[in-house]
This record gives sequence, C-alpha cells and structure tokens, in this order.
Amino acid sequence: MLSHLDFEQSIVELETKIEELRHLGDAANLKIAGEVSRLEARLDRLLRQTYAKLAPWQKVQVARHPRRPHCTDFISGLIEGFTPLAGDRAFADDEAIVGGLGRFRGLSVVVIGQEKGADTDSRVKHNFGMAKPEGYRKAQRLMAVAERFGLPVVTLVDTPGAYPGVGAEERGQAEAIARSIDVSLALRVPVVGTVIGEGGSGGAIALAAANSVLMLEHAIYSVISPEGCASILWRSGEHARDAAEALKLTAADLLHLKVIDEIVPEPVGAAHRDPATAIRHTGDAIEAALKPFLALDGPALKARRREKFLAIGSQFLI
Amino acid sequence: MNWLTNYVRPKLRALVRKPDVPDNLWVQCPSCEQMVFHREMEASLHVCPNCGHHLRLPADRRLAILFDDGVYQTIELPRIEADPLKFRDRKRYGDRLKETRAKLGADDAIRVAHGRLGGIGVVVAVFEFGFMGGSMGIAVGEGLVRAARLAVLQRAPLIVFPASGGARMQEGILSLMQMPRSVIAVQEMREAGLPYIVVLTDPTTGGVTASFAMLGDIAIAEPGAVIGFAGARVIEDTIRQQLPAGFQRAEYLLDHGIIDMVVHRHKLRDTLIRLVDLLVNKRAADVVPITAHGDPSANGATRPNGADRTGEPIPAERSHDHRPRAD
Ligand SMILES: [Zn+2]
Repeated sequence: MLSHLDFEQSIVELETKIEELRHLGDAANLKIAGEVSRLEARLDRLLRQTYAKLAPWQKVQVARHPRRPHCTDFISGLIEGFTPLAGDRAFADDEAIVGGLGRFRGLSVVVIGQEKGADTDSRVKHNFGMAKPEGYRKAQRLMAVAERFGLPVVTLVDTPGAYPGVGAEERGQAEAIARSIDVSLALRVPVVGTVIGEGGSGGAIALAAANSVLMLEHAIYSVISPEGCASILWRSGEHARDAAEALKLTAADLLHLKVIDEIVPEPVGAAHRDPATAIRHTGDAIEAALKPFLALDGPALKARRREKFLAIGSQFLI
Repeated sequence: MNWLTNYVRPKLRALVRKPDVPDNLWVQCPSCEQMVFHREMEASLHVCPNCGHHLRLPADRRLAILFDDGVYQTIELPRIEADPLKFRDRKRYGDRLKETRAKLGADDAIRVAHGRLGGIGVVVAVFEFGFMGGSMGIAVGEGLVRAARLAVLQRAPLIVFPASGGARMQEGILSLMQMPRSVIAVQEMREAGLPYIVVLTDPTTGGVTASFAMLGDIAIAEPGAVIGFAGARVIEDTIRQQLPAGFQRAEYLLDHGIIDMVVHRHKLRDTLIRLVDLLVNKRAADVVPITAHGDPSANGATRPNGADRTGEPIPAERSHDHRPRAD
C-alpha cells in the first residue's frame, strides 16, 4: 500500500478504486477495462493538477516521502560498477554518507551522497541520513581521491541535517562541515551536486559547494527545517507550514533566487510514483550539467565554482 | 560594483568613549549576579571582577580594546536592500532590520576595521551580537569576503571575532550560501599566504561555526564561550539525555582538540600581538620599530608589515632599516 500524504486524499481514493477494479475484473471484461482507463485518465489529470501547484509545506512532505527514491536508488540506477569506499581513516565509517567509485554514463566518477534508509533497519544503519563528523571526513577523503585521479565528483544531497549529538560535537561537527565545504570549493575537478530530496542546512551544503547545483522538482533546500524555524521564530513548531512558506525552500524559489542552476522535472505525481523515470531524468540532467565542465582545466573549474558562489545574493546588496 | 570605491571612504574613529553612556551605572554579572560599577566593568574589559565571567562585548568596544591606542579605521560595507525573501514571521524581517539598524546605528551584524596591532597592520572583522544575534546573512558574508580582500590588498593578517547564533533564518537559503562564501574568504587568505586567526567569542554556533569560524590557521577562544554546531537544546531533545558538564564551552573544546587555546580577555591582545608577530615577522630582524602612533611608515618602512611576502630571506642590508634602533 502506497503511504499517502494528507493532501492526496482524493488521489489515493482513485488509486485504490483502480486497483480494486483491476483485481476484480478479468481482461476480457471490456466494461471494466473501459472504466479503468477512464479512471486512470482522471487520476492522471488530478495528479498533474495537484503536483503542479504544491504549496511549500506540501513540497516538504513530498521531499520526505518514505517511498521517494533515495541516494542508493540513484546510485544503483545511474552508476555502473559502483564500488563503495568506507571510513574516515580516523574514527569510523559513517553510513549516513555513502560514497565510492563508479562509472556514470561511461565516465569514471566519485559519487558521494546522503542515504536516509528505506526501512527501520536501514534507517538506523544510515542514521536517517544525518551524518556525523566522520561522515563529512569520509566525503573529504573521497573528494581528495577524485582530485588525485582527475575524476568528476557527483553528489546526491538528501539529509534532514547534520546529526546533533554529544559525540558529533566532541569530534568537531562544525569543523568537519566547514572543511568539506573548503575541500569541495578547492577541487580542480568538476563537481555536480543534486538535491534529490531534502537539502537540510549545513549538512547539505557540505556536499553542495558544486560547479553546478541541480534540484529535483519537488525537493527542498533550506537553511533550517521548517519545524526548527517555526520553533525559533514563531516559538511553536505548529507554525512549520508558515515557516515553509517564508523560507522559500522550493526548487522554483531557489532557481528564481539564482541559488540553484537547474530544476530536474519529476514524473507525474512525483518521484515516488515512478522512481525509475525520476532517476533517469536526473541522470540526464547530471550528464548535461557535467559536460561543459569536462572541457575546462583545473584552475578554471575552481575559479568558476568560487565565482558562482560569490555571485549568489549579490543582487540584493546595495 | 568595485568594492574599492567603498574602501576609499574610511571613517577615522579615534576612540574616546562609547557615545552611549549606560543609563544604569551598575552592571549585573550574568554569571555570579554581582552588581559591578560600570567603570570598573569597563576597566576590566567587561570581565567580571568577582567571578571572571567574560561578558559579551559590543563590536565598537572589541575593536577599541584590540588596536594599538584604540585607533582603527572601519571600512564601509554594502548592506542588503530591505528584505530579499519578503520574509515574515511574527514580524516582517524588513521592519526588524529597520528597527535594529536604528537602535544600534549599524547596518548589519559585522564591522570590518583595519589598524595596527603591536605595530603590525591587521584587518579585523567583529560580529555585533546585539544585531539579531550576530546572525550571518548576505551582508555579513560579504563583510567577511571584503575583510579578506582588504587583508590581501594590505598584505595583512586577518583576525575575525565571531559572536553569532548562526545563519540568519530570515534570509533563508541566501544565509546558508554565506557558508561557502565565507569559506572562499578564508581560501583567499590562505592562497595569499597570510595568517587568518579566529577568536571564538560567546556564542559561536550553527552555520557560522561550520564555516569560516572553524577554519582559522589558529583558533583561540575566550573563556567560557559557548562554541558548537547544534544547539544544546536540539541535542538534548535528540539524545534525551543530560549533556555533560561544560559541554560546548571553550575549555571543553580545548580538551577535545578542536581549538588551539583559551585566552583570558586581559591577555588576548598580547597573545594576538605575539602570534601575528611570529607569523608576519618570520625573523626577528623583520620587526619594524613601533612609533608613537604605531605607524611604521612614519619610520621609513616601505612594506607595511616589514616582512618579505615572497618568503625570500631579506638580506641584511635591505632589512637594516627595519631593525629596531638603539636610540
Ligand atoms: Zn561575575
């Protein structure tokens, strides 16, 4: 059963009805087949209408949808011969960050992403995508591998944020994030970052200081979670919906603000309804984004990346 | 816009006293709650004479107690136009900004100044915690970038004093983007081969800590300062346990290898002078004599910091003029 979101009531009712009819009717029953295709057309219309005008808070829900394809789904869909690499060489292997070598559309690349997990066990294993310092240090190490061998870096961002814990602070969570941004900004190889789900705060930018930053149509990217923002500014987490509006965290908002470079369209009804198509579109977009950078030399790649970030927000300065 | 056009209009701030005399002649120490006469508090650089608690310092005061003779020049920084996101919580960000600017007479939460420290030219960026919790938005990030560029232009060390709750939420994603932008400022210092020193003051948290503040060549903290990434309450809610004693305090960070030293405010200026001297005047012979006004150019030195930035050893004949004179 597809878990559904509160605004999807009528969509789910239709989906259930179609499912029932299919179950009930045999292929020969033309009447039922006609009814099914009529309902399917209606469902398609309804999905298009609903998802074309999702409110920011609804985007937040979609971006966090448990059935939404996660980092490892994108890796298995896009990377051939993915070979994970582990550990920060100092403390531990943090599985909130998944990374390694593989071939993307014929090209050897380093892939680094946050994995939230898909069921209870894997969520615990990946710490719900909330990395600790050792995770960011693993990312830095992988970036260094990319630098050494001249491999492009492909990052997949999907995290509620960096893990807030005692050990994480003691081992220098802030330094680990800062250093990841530092290392990423200094790379002399192309870096393409894609926010595939939730781009949560410092934990996200640690992997998104890229030459080109893409964002899936229903992904979100924000300085703080709407809940966190609401509890600080509204003094109540119940205002998360208002905070989501105010934060301008949707892909369309971010493109308008010139913070991201491109929006990757999702299939009708969002990525969780058709993960394969979503992943393929994402691969196409990454490939296209990567292409112009492959022609540039190391210093130019680094300079362009820094110029890009220095330019962000400058339109608001007087 | 060329940032230099802003720079050519420095305002000289020969420091006298803070213009706003406190209405209350007594200051209560937030730690031991003792009432301290304000003059005594000022004389002790806002360190409680009773318990040693380091009170937060307004940016002006921080600059005044740091530079030689309290003399420094601030540079004009660009400010953000009203409200990039049209952000509204219980109040409009535009209104909040207007009120805070009027109250503090400052455009945003950062001040950038340059002057002499132990006779050596330095650029200093100080956060104003009173300005929306020292939060980092576009203008603050830009201030850091310009501070670094001024330092590179002057071939001077950069010292930054963060005091900030983190990113400015009212600028949304644009405030998050100040993390990479401020890191670029650090990289420009590094590539120019210039020292970048961070003095972490109370509090330094969130996106500020997780960017430029943790990338200092040398990391100093003031005693008792709260320094960390996640807020203590968020951590408590996540782990549902009591936090260890002294958690996220400067001393705790020192114990865990996150910073180089914890320095009492009364010793901070001397420590910074020593560090800057060691990093800039790589040989004792490079030391430039300090004149009455702390301006070595008055003494005939051509290079402001008296150091050879190419790293080439300075021949004795050339460096002769830079040596302290017996007379
Ligand atoms: Zn006290």
